[in-house]
Amino acid sequence: METEVTRMQAEDYSLFYGQFKALNKINIKIPANRVTAFIGPSGCGKSTFLRSFNRMNDLIPSVTTTGTVYLDGKDVGKQDVVELRRKVGMVFQRPNPFPKSIFDNVAYGPRLHGTKNKSDLAVLVEKSLRRSALWDEVKDDLQKSGMSLSGGQQQRLCIARAIAVNPEVILMDEPASALDPVATLKIEELMNELKNKYTIAIVTHNMQQAGRVSDYTAFMLTDENRSGNLIEFGATKQIFTTPSDSRTEDYISGRFG
Amino acid sequence: MSRDSFDRELQEIKRNLFQVTGEVRKNLTASVRYLEKRDMQGASIIIESDEMINQKCLEIEEQCLNIIATQQPVATDLRLLFSILQISTEIERIGDYAKGIARISLKIGPGKLIKPLIDIPRMEEIAGQMLDDAIRAFAEDDEQAARTIPARDLQIDVLYNQVHRELITFIMEKPSSIEQTMMLDWVAHNLERVGERVINICERVIFTVTGVSVDLN
Repeated sequence: METEVTRMQAEDYSLFYGQFKALNKINIKIPANRVTAFIGPSGCGKSTFLRSFNRMNDLIPSVTTTGTVYLDGKDVGKQDVVELRRKVGMVFQRPNPFPKSIFDNVAYGPRLHGTKNKSDLAVLVEKSLRRSALWDEVKDDLQKSGMSLSGGQQQRLCIARAIAVNPEVILMDEPASALDPVATLKIEELMNELKNKYTIAIVTHNMQQAGRVSDYTAFMLTDENRSGNLIEFGATKQIFTTPSDSRTEDYISGRFG
Repeated sequence: MSRDSFDRELQEIKRNLFQVTGEVRKNLTASVRYLEKRDMQGASIIIESDEMINQKCLEIEEQCLNIIATQQPVATDLRLLFSILQISTEIERIGDYAKGIARISLKIGPGKLIKPLIDIPRMEEIAGQMLDDAIRAFAEDDEQAARTIPARDLQIDVLYNQVHRELITFIMEKPSSIEQTMMLDWVAHNLERVGERVINICERVIFTVTGVSVDLN
């Protein structure tokens, strides 16, 4: 891991919901152009932590934080939030295309960020749909509603929408948990392709999925105060064969609790 | 949450491995004893029982594959299953060496041996004890024992060289004994191989405990 370039980093990062400490002093370096998986039992703070990377938690009034999250060495808290979210895109558990055409779904972000030229948009839409491995399935009818696609296609449309604004990082919060095994496999294959260009952080409950798709795995667990802690972070191969912490071993081998 | 049924299955696979190791261990000692005693019937029983040993090893292999396919074990569980698969192969081969000795016994026939066996039973004793200790180290995750057992293989090698030299002298003194001499040399060779197989088992014990593959040969 020493040789990796760090894309995102958290330093002594804690997050509070009012008085309740949900994340406890997390320190982690997310390597660039790799897939990093966050695993851990429900309520351990994985999704909360993932949302800290593009300040999605800012939307919750009671949230306060200490410590720092960096993108390319710069404090995300001090960046323009619209620009930050362009750089750090997000894909959610349930596919959430806009009730618009496939084309407009993908063109939405670029338009918002100032791309108005129709042919530029067309090029961008095609490039994004190709990168998200959806182009061949939808190219003949880009005016069709995004909502009419299958679940797996909708999720790839959301990925196309995320990459259309040329992000650096893509956050995925259980991106395949609502999909069937074939659609899941497509998303997993896609992650493998996308990491050449983007840095990917994924939250998953599916341990096998973490093992299949990620280069690095972070295991999180709540302590006696129900605060989420980072227990172990390392190469996925190492975490799944010889974890250093017995709590990691207990969790990944299904003997937790 | 616990994984009771998974743990039960794992324990059963381990039990099966210990059981088949017990059978092989018995055959190993018996093969040399029957050779000494010129017990043809005993040798035949060993040869027959090897079929059952092979079958049991195949069953262990199948159990391991099933549990890997259905339970997706990771970390220590995965290393353990991987090691069981390899150890059962080593045990099966040690069983083959015992069968090989029994076959030689039948080939030599019921007549007297050209010389009383001294070093060959010693080789068997050391190899058998090494096997017992290696399996115990496996059962108890005893990495330290697994690291010290292989040194005892040197004694087997020394005895093997001794037997080899002695048998060559025999051939020179009495050329008509060449066939039986060659066969006894092969018996010693089989026992020498048992020592090497036990070392492989020790390597698997260390891998199971630490996740590190070592070469103890």
